[in-house]
Amino acid sequence: MLEVNDLEVRYGAIRAVRGVSLKADTGELVAILGANGAGKSSTLMCIAGALKAAGGSIRLDGQDVTSANPEKMVRAGVATVPETRDVFPDLTVTENLTLGSYTRRSDRAGVTEDRERMLALFPRLAERAAQPAGTLSGGEQQMLVIARAMMSRPKVLLLDEPSLGLAPVIVDQIFEMIRTLKQSGLTIVLVEQNARKALSVADRAYVMRLGKIAASGTAAEIGAATDLSALYLGG
Amino acid sequence: MTFTVQFLIDVLSLGGAYALMALGLVIVYGILKLVNFAYGELIMVAGYAMFLMGGSGLPWLVMAGVAVIMAVIAGIATDYVAFRPVRAKSVTAVLITSFAFSTLLQNAALLFISPRPRPVPLPDIFSQTVTIFGAITPVRNLITIVAAIVLLALFAWLMRRTVLGIAMRAAATNFTMARMLGVPANLIITSAFAISGFLAGVVGLLWIGRIGTVVPGIGLEPLLVAFIATVIGGMRSMTGAVIGGFLLALIDTTLNYTLSQELLKFRDAFTFSLVILILLWRPDGLIKGPASGQRT
Repeated sequence: MLEVNDLEVRYGAIRAVRGVSLKADTGELVAILGANGAGKSSTLMCIAGALKAAGGSIRLDGQDVTSANPEKMVRAGVATVPETRDVFPDLTVTENLTLGSYTRRSDRAGVTEDRERMLALFPRLAERAAQPAGTLSGGEQQMLVIARAMMSRPKVLLLDEPSLGLAPVIVDQIFEMIRTLKQSGLTIVLVEQNARKALSVADRAYVMRLGKIAASGTAAEIGAATDLSALYLGG
Repeated sequence: MTFTVQFLIDVLSLGGAYALMALGLVIVYGILKLVNFAYGELIMVAGYAMFLMGGSGLPWLVMAGVAVIMAVIAGIATDYVAFRPVRAKSVTAVLITSFAFSTLLQNAALLFISPRPRPVPLPDIFSQTVTIFGAITPVRNLITIVAAIVLLALFAWLMRRTVLGIAMRAAATNFTMARMLGVPANLIITSAFAISGFLAGVVGLLWIGRIGTVVPGIGLEPLLVAFIATVIGGMRSMTGAVIGGFLLALIDTTLNYTLSQELLKFRDAFTFSLVILILLWRPDGLIKGPASGQRT
C-alpha cells in the first residue's frame, strides 16, 4: 500500500531524516517510535506532502507520489492528523467535519451520511456539533481531528502523536478508537512517543534514532527486544 | 428628527462603502497575511472601464456589469502577476511586487488615457434626490446602503453556508492544515482575489458615482480607508473589517457635521488622531481574530 524508500528530509543544512525506508501493507497498523527529534514527524509530514523530500521516493499503490503537494495526497487517499492537533478553532465542529470531506464535496448524500456516522461514533462531538471547535477540550479536539481526517474516506491514515498532552483516560479512549479504525480495514501509520501504547495496537513497528531506522520488526519483537526506556534517553 | 435621519443615512451610506472596501482588502489579507497594495487600482479599473464604455449606447446596468467583471479580472491578474510568482519567497518581495503592479496600472492609465479627470456615465437616478422625513437625500446614498446590505448578506452566506466559504475561513486560520484536508491552495487564493475584485468593482461604481469622474489616482483614498478600517476593526477578522468601516464612517461624518468651516480641511488629522487613540486602547483592533490557540 505505502512504500517509502531511502527518504531524506532537510531543514536547510540539517538532515532530519537520513535514508528512511519503511512500508505499510493494506490493513496494517505500523508504528514509528523514537525519542524527540528522531525524525518521526518529519518522515510523516513528508509522506503527507507538507514537507518536500530531499531524496528518496514515496510510493502509494505502486504510484510515485514523492513530493506531491498536500491536497494531491488527500485526493490520492492519504489523510493526515498532525501532532499540532489543528482544528479550525473558529469553525464549528460540523464545519470542521464538512471541510474534512472537501475532496468529495459533490457527493452530498455520502458526506451527510459520513458526518452522521462520525457524530454517532463520537457522541461527545455530537453534543457539541454547533460549537466552535476552539471551545472543545484537548481530547475532544483530538477526536475531532481524527474524525475530520476520516471524512475524506482515506485508504491510509497518518497519525502523529495522537496521545500528546492528553490525560491517561483520554489516551485510552483515543487508542480504543484507533483499534476500531484498524478493524475497519484502514491502513494506519502511527507516530508515537508512548511506545507501550503504540505497540499494543500495532502490527509492526520501526524505531527511529537520529534520522535513521534503528530497529524494525513485529510489535511483539520490538516490545521484547528493545529496552523501551533507552528509546527516550537516546541510547 | 430630520437631522437624525440625515445623519443616519450619511453614516450608513459612507459606512457601507467603507465596509465593502475593507472587506475586499481583508479577505486577501486573511488568507495570505499580505496586504494587496494594488487594491485601489481595482477601483480605478472599474472606473476607466465605465469611461471607455461611455457613449457606447449600452444600457447602464450592462456597462456596470462589465466594469465589475473587469475589476474581478484585474483582481485575479494581481494574483498571477504580483503574488503567485513570489508568494513562497518572502513577504518583502510580495510587498514590492504589489506596489509595482499598482504603479504599473496607474501609469498605464496616465499614459494611455489621461492624467485629467474623465467623465463616467451615470444613470439619472444617481443625481436625483428624495425627501425622507424632511431630509433631502441623494438617491445614490440609498443605493449604496442597499448595495452594502445585499453584498454583506451575500458575503456572510457565502462564508457560512458554502463549502468554498468554509474552506476560505479555514485557510485564513491555518493554511497548511486546510491543504492537508485537500483544499487546493491556488483555488482558494484565486477565489479570494476574485471576491476582492468583485467588491472593489461594486464599491468603485458607488464611489465614482459620488464624484462623477475617474482619475488615475482614484484608488488611493479607498485603499487608505480600507486599510485603516481593517486596522481599527482587527486585521484578522472579517466582521472587524465591516465594523471598522462603519466606525470610520461614523467618525468622518460626525466631524463633517461638527467641525467649523476652517477646521474642516484638517478633518483627516482629527480622524487619524482618533484612530491612534483607538489603537492605543485596542492595539489588536476592536475584534480579535479567530482564536489561534489549540489546546494541548
